[in-house]
Order: sequence, then C-alpha cells, then structure tokens
Amino acid sequence: MTVLINDKTQVVVQGITGREGQFHTRAMIEYGTKILAGTTPGKGGQEVEGIPVFDGLIEAKEQFPSINASIIFVPARFAADAINEALDAKLEIIVAITEHIPLHDEMKFVALARQQGSYIIGPNTPGIISPGKCKLGIMPAHVFKPGRIGLISRSGTLTYEVAASLSEAGFGQSTAIGLGGDPMTGMSFIDALKLFEEDKETDATVLIGEIGGRAEENAAEYIQEHTTKPVVAYIAGRTAPKGKRMGHAGAIVSGKSGTADSKIAALREAGVTVIERPIDVDEALQTLL
Amino acid sequence: MRQFEFEAKEAFRKVGLSIPRGRTAQSSDEAEEIAKELACPVILKVQVLAGGRGKAGGIKRAKTPKEARVIAGKLLGMEIHGHRVKRLLVEECLDIAKEIYVGITVDREKRKPVAICSGMGGVDIEKVAEEHPEKIARLTINPLMGMREFEARRLAKAAGFNGRELLNLSRIIMQLWRVFSDNDAELTEINPLIVTTDGKFMAADARLNVDDSSLFRHKSLMERLEKGVAELTELELRAREVGMTYVELKGDIGIIGNGAGLVMATMDAVHYYGGKPANFLDVGGGATADRMTQALDIVLSHPDVKGVFINILGGITRCDEMANGIVSSQKNLRQEVPMAIRLIGTREKEGAEILRKANIPFLETMDAAARLIVEKTSGGKPT
Repeated sequence: MTVLINDKTQVVVQGITGREGQFHTRAMIEYGTKILAGTTPGKGGQEVEGIPVFDGLIEAKEQFPSINASIIFVPARFAADAINEALDAKLEIIVAITEHIPLHDEMKFVALARQQGSYIIGPNTPGIISPGKCKLGIMPAHVFKPGRIGLISRSGTLTYEVAASLSEAGFGQSTAIGLGGDPMTGMSFIDALKLFEEDKETDATVLIGEIGGRAEENAAEYIQEHTTKPVVAYIAGRTAPKGKRMGHAGAIVSGKSGTADSKIAALREAGVTVIERPIDVDEALQTLL
Repeated sequence: MRQFEFEAKEAFRKVGLSIPRGRTAQSSDEAEEIAKELACPVILKVQVLAGGRGKAGGIKRAKTPKEARVIAGKLLGMEIHGHRVKRLLVEECLDIAKEIYVGITVDREKRKPVAICSGMGGVDIEKVAEEHPEKIARLTINPLMGMREFEARRLAKAAGFNGRELLNLSRIIMQLWRVFSDNDAELTEINPLIVTTDGKFMAADARLNVDDSSLFRHKSLMERLEKGVAELTELELRAREVGMTYVELKGDIGIIGNGAGLVMATMDAVHYYGGKPANFLDVGGGATADRMTQALDIVLSHPDVKGVFINILGGITRCDEMANGIVSSQKNLRQEVPMAIRLIGTREKEGAEILRKANIPFLETMDAAARLIVEKTSGGKPT
C-alpha cells in the first residue's frame, strides 16, 4: 500500500485541452498513470494524447465509472467550479494544481470535501506522487525514487530539492504529497502524517514547512501525541522579514505568529529532528533509522 | 489588499452600518470646509495603509474649522511608518460611552471564517487576547452556510452584552458578515465600534483587507492595483507587471530562483554562510529565457546588489531556457557582477552546454553555490 494513490488509481484530467493540461497529461501517461478521460467545457468529442475529452465530469463518469481521482489544470477564476464539479462527482482524490483561487471559494470547497470525505490536494500544489506507481502532478519524475520515506511539503521546487537529496542518499519515497502553497489547502500536515503513520510501506516522514500560519506548530502537537515513526523537518524562510509575502500567498510572518523560529522550536519540542539545510536530510535519517 | 479607512467605511455604508459624518480632504482648505459643514468639533485622521496611526501622531481633534485647517496643514505631507500622507478623513467627533471590538477573519487552521467580539474595544485586540483572553468571544462560521442571526446573537451574548445592546450588536455583526462575504475579505474589523452617550452604535474606525486572488471580481480594486497605488517599491511594481514575485530585503546578495519555497530556502542557505539576501525573486514555473533576463535586470537594478545567486531546479522550468536568459543578460552587463549559478533538473545537459560555451561557471548543489556567492561578495571566507 502507498498513501492516497497507487497503480490502480483511475484519473480524469480537468482542463485537459489547455497548454499545461496537454503537456502534463503526456508526462503522466509516460510515467504510467492511468488516465481515462479529460474534460474541457465546450470541447467534448475531441481527443488529447488519445484520451477522450468530455464537456463535463458526469459524461466522463458515465463512460468510465471507475474514475476515482481528478487532476485540475483550470485557470484560477474557473478552478473553484472545477473542484466543486469533482466533489459533486464524489471523486476521492482531487489534485488542484491551480494557483490564486479566491480564499472564500477555497473555504467552501474544503468544507464540502471534509463533509463527504474526499481529499483535496492543493490548491497551488505540484501534486502527489507514489514513485514507480502513479504520478498525479507536475513534478519532474526523475528526482523521485521508490522507497519507504513519506514526504509532505507546502512547496513545489523545494520538494524536488529534498526529494533529490533523499534519492541521492538512497532513501526512496513511498509517497510525496504537496499540500500546496496557499493559506487554505485541502489537506493539512496532520491529515498527511496520519496517513503515513498507518501506511505499512512508510518507515519515516520528512516534513517540509515554511513561514506563515500555524500548520507546523499544530503538526508538532500531533506528532508529540500520535506519531511513532521518526519525523525529520525542514522549515524554509528563516530569513524572511515580517509582513512581506514570500511568493506563496500563505508565506507571511505577521506579528509573532508564523515565524520559522516558532515552528522549529515547536517541532524540536515534539522530538522532531529539524535540519538547517536540505542536504542534511541524509544524515538525519541515517541517525534515526 | 488592504483598503484605506475611508474605502472600508464606504463598504460599511453600503451594507447599512452607521459611520460618523464626514469625508476626505486633500488640502487644508478642504479640511476647513468640511469642518464648517459638520458644524461641530472634528477629528482628522491620516489615510495611510499602516496601523498605529494614533500613536504616530496621525489622529488629531480640532474644535474649530480654523484649527482644523492648521492641523490639516501639519498632517498632510507627514510621514507615518514610512507612508507619505496624501489624504485625511475629517469626521464629526463622537461622545463615547463605550468602545467595542468586532472583527471577522479567516482561521487558516480550521479553514473557516471566525468572528471575534470583545467589550474591550479601541485598543490592540491582539494585546487583549494575550492579557485578557476571557474578554474575547469567538465564533467559528460554517463557510457553506454563512453567519446566521442566532449565531450573531450568541457571539454578542458571549462577549457580555444584553438587552437592547445585544440586539443592536448582533445586527451589526450580521452587517459586518455581509462586508466580509461581499468583498472577499481576508479580514474586516470595527475597532472601535462606539456606543455614543445617547446610545447610538457607530463604526469609528474601519478595516478591510481584500483577498488578492479575488480581485478579478472586484474590478475597481484591480484597477487600483494596476495603477500601482498599492504600497510597492518601484522594482516590486516592475516585477509585478511581468508577473514575477519580487520582495526587497536589506542585504546585498541578489537571489533568483524558481518556486517560492526554493527561493526562501536559497535565502536561508546564503544566510547560513553569513551572507545577506538583497531580495526574494521567484521567476515562477515554466519561465522562458526572456523572463530570466528580466529577472536579472530587476535584481541588478537595486543599487545595493554586489552579487547574484541564481538557483534553478527545473521541473516545468527548463534549464536550457534559463541558461539562454543568463547568457543574453551577461552580454548586456556593463560591468562584471559576481555570480553563483546552480542549474539542475529538466534539460540540465542542454543548459550546462549553453553556459559552458559562454564560459559561465555553474554548480550542481544549492549549498556549494551559496558558499561561493558569499565568498565572492564578502571578499573573505564564509562563516
């Protein structure tokens, strides 16, 4: 077992006819991801990479009832609608790549997802990958290797940085989840930690956090109480000034809250090994495992 | 995007919230005129996008129109927390019996709106939360249903209000909810909400921060952003125009990378070796050679920059594109600027080849490049 996705995951691509949609559909198919259908309103009947395109999810599901996951490449102002459409179709896993979705829309679809037990990964995420089995995202696949480390991150390229360090050191990954860089994401560190704790193919978890919010502090509390597997953490933005958004809408230090120091202190308190540089992840895991 | 007080009050007025009589002035003549119209003592408030205006001397009372004129002359042009005062709000003075706090914001961890109310208004609410947590009532709102009237009453009751005040306050909380939801707010608050000596409720101050991602459905704010009225530096505006995130910092090492998290980690790596980042610049995903050239141009326009660290880990971004961008900017550079380049990921072989041909050295790890740039810019050993 891996976390959330595996070689049986059946995928629909929402926004498949756009530039990004087409490009990543091809890359995911090459990786072995089972993509059955795509949607773009008004473009039903076309094909992308041999995949049939439908106007809406209802038609796609009628034709392919086994679809249980979606990946979304829809522009920001239409993306909330696409996520709601996926929730309406009762898909279990919804990966929202799109950045800059309005906060109020995010609150609504996250609440709806939690009500019905669907997982939203993102928004503003590189996606999720179970190396060697399934890639539902835009990450460069070659930096990920199959293995037994769970990876959870709020960032995109920084995830690749750490994954590359891990793979180089011989620590492959069971699953890598990009939670997303927005202030409001479908999944929290805690949701992901829970899944890795239960996963028999994961021995340890690497958590990549950044400034802003209290997600890492909450994760620390959870780890202290509930996690038996070792956790290594890296926090980006130690040198970020107050009140400035560091690229991600969620990455902002306001007043005393959201600082790297507060997150590092909370994680250390909970027994987590906090590393100062991504390359230190190798040594940290060697010591722990 | 933070709104000026007078703009927030306009949003309040639209939903029927009571605000003091008055309007904005951009000259002392205008301030005097408004004070005459109001025919009562007035309060003059600087309109800048910063908190703590009162403490900084930006809020003054005037008993007569003449006095208003003199004070306005002093306030206009003044600098408050680095913001030049261009506009004042001139309003009637209120006879205050009570000051209340009401606010609605987003609880990031619960992923829901939260409404907050306290009988201790008029002071910094975060301080009240620290010193008198029992004086603050909170209510989490289901985003799918929105705030309901009984919830507003429950909140007002929890904050210690009864009778007529309870009814008045809960009506105001409902109105504030409308401000929050109509404007895609990240935060809206009334602090203080004043109860006058004759029992009227009035929003003496107003705050409204609108979610930047929602601006496409708030056209007038979008225009303001495009005109650059928001508080950004010239270089920050230039970066925004081309769709890159650039934040100015206080150091001397320029930072360029792809992806917000990676750029933050790059800043931290520079700091780890004793260097100081001059900026944060994220070229974004899938950037082309042109964007790299623009990015370098922006970073090098800052007079403090002594060297640049370019950190590219290509996913959807291609290393060959980035390398071409670097090469073409190097051709245009007047003087030699120390650089450390780290380039790996998608099409790294092609990228490496391009740099090699142009005789531009590069490295494969972030750590080595961080050490190198600190060495090159400090003229000594990294710490």
